[in-house]
Amino acid sequence: MESIKDRVAIVGMGCVKFGENWGQSLDDMIVDAAYEAFEDAGIGPEDIQAAWWGTVFAGHTGQILATPLKLAYIPVTHVENACATGSEAIRNACYAVAAGMYDVVLAVGAEKLKDFGYSGLPQTRPVATWSYRLTTQTPAAGFAMMATGYFAKYGLDYDAGKNLLGQIAVKNHHNGSLNPKAHFQREITLEKAVNAPMIAYPLGLFDCCGVSDGAAAAIITRADLATKFRPDPIYIKAAQICQGPREGWLSQVYDLAHVEETWRGGQAAYAEAGVKDPRKEISIAEVHDCFSITELTIMEDLQFSPRGRVGEDIEAGTFALEGELPVNTDGGLKCFGHPIGATGLRMLYEVYKQLQEKAGPRQVKDPRLGLTHNQGGEPGAATVSVIIAGNELG
Amino acid sequence: MPGIRSYGAYIPLFRLSRAEIARAWGGPPAKGERAVASYDEDSLTMAVAAARDCLKGVDRASVAGLYFASTTAPYKEKQAAATIASVLELPADAATVDFGGSLRCGTNALKAALDAVTAGSAENILVCAADMRLGYPAGPGEMNFGDGAAALLVGRGDALAEVRHFDSRYWEIQDTWRSDQDTFVRAAEDRFSMDEGYADVMVHSVAAALEKYGLAAADVAHFAFNAPNVRQVKAVARKLRFDEQTQVNDVLHASVGDTGCAASLLSLVAALERSEGGQTILLACYGNGCDTVILETTERVASVPPCQGVRGHVESRRELRNYEQYLRWRQLLPIQPAARPPIEERMPSPAAQWREVPWEMRLTGTRCVHCGTPQYPPQRVCVTCHTKDEMEPYRFTDVPAKVFSFSHDYVMETLDTPVTVTFIDFEGGGRIMCDMTDRDAGEVVVGMPVEMSFRRLYYVNGVYNYWWKCQPVRCQPSGTED
Repeated sequence: MESIKDRVAIVGMGCVKFGENWGQSLDDMIVDAAYEAFEDAGIGPEDIQAAWWGTVFAGHTGQILATPLKLAYIPVTHVENACATGSEAIRNACYAVAAGMYDVVLAVGAEKLKDFGYSGLPQTRPVATWSYRLTTQTPAAGFAMMATGYFAKYGLDYDAGKNLLGQIAVKNHHNGSLNPKAHFQREITLEKAVNAPMIAYPLGLFDCCGVSDGAAAAIITRADLATKFRPDPIYIKAAQICQGPREGWLSQVYDLAHVEETWRGGQAAYAEAGVKDPRKEISIAEVHDCFSITELTIMEDLQFSPRGRVGEDIEAGTFALEGELPVNTDGGLKCFGHPIGATGLRMLYEVYKQLQEKAGPRQVKDPRLGLTHNQGGEPGAATVSVIIAGNELG
Repeated sequence: MPGIRSYGAYIPLFRLSRAEIARAWGGPPAKGERAVASYDEDSLTMAVAAARDCLKGVDRASVAGLYFASTTAPYKEKQAAATIASVLELPADAATVDFGGSLRCGTNALKAALDAVTAGSAENILVCAADMRLGYPAGPGEMNFGDGAAALLVGRGDALAEVRHFDSRYWEIQDTWRSDQDTFVRAAEDRFSMDEGYADVMVHSVAAALEKYGLAAADVAHFAFNAPNVRQVKAVARKLRFDEQTQVNDVLHASVGDTGCAASLLSLVAALERSEGGQTILLACYGNGCDTVILETTERVASVPPCQGVRGHVESRRELRNYEQYLRWRQLLPIQPAARPPIEERMPSPAAQWREVPWEMRLTGTRCVHCGTPQYPPQRVCVTCHTKDEMEPYRFTDVPAKVFSFSHDYVMETLDTPVTVTFIDFEGGGRIMCDMTDRDAGEVVVGMPVEMSFRRLYYVNGVYNYWWKCQPVRCQPSGTED
């Protein structure tokens, strides 16, 4: 099996301000994100040889991407993998370039969720399969059961558990407050986080990411061509997708205190990138904090913290902006927002800017390797992406 | 001689105190409480529950028919009996019939079952009666009605009570009714209805039956019958010279209410529960006429397999928070819709529903013959050993389970916020995600024992979407102590 490591590079990226973009259409956001990427790479849309379009709710063929950008009669592929959609667009674009089919390609992810008028996501379950009849809960409850599972497995009472989750929200709100493109840019207190109205027990309002509009884009090229576009390209070291067989919903082996797909996807990505000690070697991680409990368990599944002991690292500030391994420096899904198809690309946008040392007040010191992690589906039945990128070859 | 071979009951967990109804509307203080079907129950699901109670220890392959009686069936056109038979996994050639139209349809179904058994066309027939009638808010029906279901297995031989006589008479009168356009039960002036309807016909029918078969009131050990309210229970007993304490012993009106077509059969179940062998039971049911039935118990009545029955269900109760919760559950007033995707998006596919009857209606998954892992929904490739197509059906409905994890969802649109969702692990293997019903959110913990209950998930575009939920283990069957 071959590796993607150092075969492709990102030479341009764009990302709009996420949020309740009442005045912007999907097309407006696609144009803004893609043209920021074009200008960043010093190219025009006519230079793009193929494109990948990641969206969950604005699908119906690649035309949705080709039309606003006037991509002229080139291949455009619509990809969808739930919340890992944006990362799936990147991965497929990278593979096409690595395969030698194209030299310069575009990956775009976008979503216009606020036009639906819901707090939460529209229904996505197909009605003609077994899943429509099972339960009536929202995704929040699916993840909340992992919080209940984690608390039970490691003997945390409600207050102790809520306290840990609250600190994750406080950290991500702090990071968001430093980011002009984030949806939410206000700091919160731990007291506010733990006492917020309940959404899905034990998760409260600040344990859940909001619903946002947004778009982000990346220009990908061959590694050996990268410096022709810019002096500081970012090289892809690993691009993994891990799909579970829903074992956690069918079998009692699953502990509901971790996500098996994140654990295995992380291992595969580290092997591909040649990372031996993730906690030491990864400089910054953008992970899928759709809910605070997701970020908590990801820290253990990606081997940043020992099993059952992430609480010690949360208390120690390990994942804070100035900590040992900053996580979600741009505010994460919690504060930057979560327009599903755009999220994987938004994460890469932050890693790209950090590795180029252009992250302004959020800049971490001497970053070498950045990681993005997306999770689609729910604990026990997930689709996980892990992408690792670095600012040097080798 | 045909008779009753087994019995079961179902009374919803929730009770609404009549004082609370009086609090909402003003008026004189009222005694007792009434049973209120949960927000996700209807006559069909209550009948399933009563039938499961009745069929404990019964070989379902021996049940040749399912007669369902209700004035509140979920569909005007679509047979409830077929759905219930399917959920119970009765033989494919079981005769299914829906009875309705009057409060006497429960005993009408019983008569039809007895006749079929007597004629030799069926060995056993399961009779289920269930009702959840709506009285007008602020009216007497709302106070006195109750929701519930009864089930009787009718067969020949090996009975715990043999049916000696069954007499009927009809009586055309506009005393209580619901037209095809009515939601609430209408009633004529109470004095007229009692004088010329219920009280008069009930008393004369019972007296005629006693005289016809040479019985004195004192020969009857238990008098089981329906009545619109507790006042009429007393009045009828007095007029017929039955002792209210020993022969009537009514427990239903104080705690459950008038359960419509199920009422007389629930009263019969209660009588059977306190019977000894060799006793006479007189069953009477009024509704556009009157059915009178004389039963003789056998020694078997004292040693029936444990079921929750009337006694277990009456004791197992929880109070509704308030009258407003009742209004919400019965959808008697509109409320602000949730900012969620419209329910129409979850319209079940009729083709998928039909295809999935065996495993959705019966909660039947598969068990891998190769490694033994039970799994739900059915899998062709085993989740544990990945062996293909070596599965046997595995029914989860009666397997004990425990809560592995849970959440209370305050965002999802429901008649009963929050939606409690769980992962439950079954004894012997298998895990499913399902909603938990009839729970007190504050009492739900990891490791809590649960049992499965057939419920309505939601209603959309004229379709009731039924599936299974878990609920806290409700009560120990009577006859077994912890």
